Amino acid sequence: MPAMNMLQALNSAMDVLLDKHPETVIFGEDSGYFGGVFGATQGLQKKYGLDRVFDAPINEAAIAAMAIGMAAKGLKPIAEIQFADYIFPAFDQIVSEMSRLRYRSAGEFVSPVVVRSPWGGGIRGGQTHSMSPEAFFTHVPGVKVVVPSNPYDAKGMLIAASEGDDPVIFFEPKRIYNGPFDGVPDAPLSSWARHPKGEVPEGHYRVELGKAEIVREGEACTVLTYGTLVHVAVNAAEKAGIDAEIIDLKTLAPYDIETIVASVNKTGRVVVAHEAPRTSGFGAELAAQIQEECFYALEAPIFRLTGWDTPYPHAHEWAYFPGQARFIRALQTVTEAR
Amino acid sequence: MSNGQSRFHVPAPPFRPGDAPDFSHLDLQKAGEAKRPDPLTASVKMTDLAFGLIGVLDHNHQAVGEWDPRLSPEVLREGLSHMVLTRIYDARMLKLQRQGKMSFYMKSLGEEAVAVAGAMALNKSDMVFPSYRQQGILFARGRNIVDMMCHCISNSRDNLKGRQLPVHYTWAEGNFFSISGNLGTQFPQAVGYAMGCAYKGEDTIAASWIGDGTTAAPDFHAAMTLASTYRAPVILNVVNNQWAISTYEGIAKGDAATFASKGLGYGLASLRVDGNDFLAIYAATKWAADRARKGGGATFIELFTYRADAHSTSDDPARYRPKNEFEKWPLGDPIERLKNHLIGLGEWDEDRHAKLEEQMTALVVKSYKEAESHGTLHDGPLSPTHTIFEDVYATEDWRLRRQRQDLGV
Ligand SMILES: Cc1ncc(C[n+]2csc(CCOP(=O)(O)OP(=O)(O)O)c2C)c(N)n1
Repeated sequence: MPAMNMLQALNSAMDVLLDKHPETVIFGEDSGYFGGVFGATQGLQKKYGLDRVFDAPINEAAIAAMAIGMAAKGLKPIAEIQFADYIFPAFDQIVSEMSRLRYRSAGEFVSPVVVRSPWGGGIRGGQTHSMSPEAFFTHVPGVKVVVPSNPYDAKGMLIAASEGDDPVIFFEPKRIYNGPFDGVPDAPLSSWARHPKGEVPEGHYRVELGKAEIVREGEACTVLTYGTLVHVAVNAAEKAGIDAEIIDLKTLAPYDIETIVASVNKTGRVVVAHEAPRTSGFGAELAAQIQEECFYALEAPIFRLTGWDTPYPHAHEWAYFPGQARFIRALQTVTEAR
Repeated sequence: MSNGQSRFHVPAPPFRPGDAPDFSHLDLQKAGEAKRPDPLTASVKMTDLAFGLIGVLDHNHQAVGEWDPRLSPEVLREGLSHMVLTRIYDARMLKLQRQGKMSFYMKSLGEEAVAVAGAMALNKSDMVFPSYRQQGILFARGRNIVDMMCHCISNSRDNLKGRQLPVHYTWAEGNFFSISGNLGTQFPQAVGYAMGCAYKGEDTIAASWIGDGTTAAPDFHAAMTLASTYRAPVILNVVNNQWAISTYEGIAKGDAATFASKGLGYGLASLRVDGNDFLAIYAATKWAADRARKGGGATFIELFTYRADAHSTSDDPARYRPKNEFEKWPLGDPIERLKNHLIGLGEWDEDRHAKLEEQMTALVVKSYKEAESHGTLHDGPLSPTHTIFEDVYATEDWRLRRQRQDLGV
């Protein structure tokens, strides 16, 4: 099986979709000829033509709205928002329109659109190229929210998202486009080629949305996270020598409640972790849900490990990012609580 | 154009890497040909200015026509000096970025006149709402270069406490609004600011700049609507440098004749100006400022230019356009043009120019040494870590206090 990094895997997913489904169209700022500023759509215009893969004007609202209109006509649009930080101009079209079209028309119209967007920090992008705005979207009924953490899932989930019947916000952790990241900024970058999830089949396959994956089994506590932090969590648990069970949520809406509840009932201790600010972040939802379903199994307060309630700072990025040191402290706090 | 059936249409630029660029299709109005109406003329009476090209410097570098602002040699030399400094500063900062001294940089090569002439034609009390490619405004307004560099390398003296990407300057004292990374947001904000000036009965106005690509953004249309509705004393500039990262101007323009012509439907005075002609930009800005101050409302200006270098340090333009495209750009190099004009007037010569370049290089080198003495992003010192919790609100609330304590700072 070929080794691919996340960008190659996403590119391969779109290649498969364009090839298999003539109604698939791909567009976004710089996504056509250039192949996207990160290269996710590279080569696709050349292979499939200008009217299958093309550049869009710098108007995220227009990109989302155009996708809705195309989807209503039976196309399968995959729209790219260049950075997740720039999804807010499209917010109204996504939360008021894309998400509700099926509901308000009682199923007469649907908008199965995929909105892809590079997401998260750790690349010295400053406050406008580092955000993880997933919680804004998990709050919206009608859209699915996906954050893959490796090339294999990225490809399989993008195919599943595009072949599905619902709008999907597909956030791509750009810090791990080229390799997993253990949360220590000075450590040399490792490559996906040396990671089992970097082995990606060439052709068509799907990874079901709504399913989490236990990436490390353990008894001492449950770590619920997604995206870049999955790798930070695994490394932190190893380094701290803590028998943590680490769950990669992969899909945040709908999240995999069964896997979560089973794990928490087993361990009784929980760390929820994300890069986004703490207040009203997705971790708050997880903590509340666990409290409702697993209250009597809990042996310690749920620990929220998150970014701070500030914009993402450029120079102090590593004081903001929940890296190894803070992760280890979180695991220790939760497992040592009596 | 049509074969009688609707077809899915996606525009494409005329040249790609490997093609020989040829701009002869542009059919540009000659310098000196455009009429200069009274600044209070109704927009419908001067629609031709949105389709032509206001130019002052002709092929022989002489100032011609009604738009000649008749500037003194001192002012021309000052403009030249700011433009030369801008170019040398940019080149040096790019080099430093390549050496790992800063994370990112954006040059304004080829469009220095846009920022410098625009700023010089305004009053220093007028508020500017720039994009990231008008660093020339800061030089024209006398911003301390060391301060600019300290921001770019995010060190302990960065006035923005290491929060912004390099080149996203803020300088309230110089009436230079804080630059956002989110494209276009400043355009309608500038209109609001201008409305504030009018509300307070002050003589100040606002000016803003966005790129051609950003005219597609919702905020562009918001600004045009507001400016027209409230007749705000604002100058709205579109810097048409042909490229939005890899995307050519046609993706934002569609079938409009020119970007400037988009202003006409909003009822705005709309001018298309040679963006590589210092004198033309100066004259058009002065005219628009006059119109705004006299109650004539907003002006929409397209500055026709070319982005000669990469979009940013993350970009390789050779992947999407011919390498020598800028050399074929019919409007030339703004610095060369102003320099030759001054030489033609007998007010400048190659020796003085070389000396100016030397001086500016020395200033930049010396300033960087000083800036670096306050730290670099790479090696520090940075602003103290606890500053990440400052300025989120006017005063720190319990959440931020606890989080700061949690981080141990
Ligand atoms: C709302 C938003 N969308 C996308 C981006 C990413 N982006 C940064 S610069 C740029 C191109 C801008 O082109 P243009 O407006 O022509 O200005 P220029 O860079 O040519 O001066 C894009 C798409 C952004 N910063 N903000």
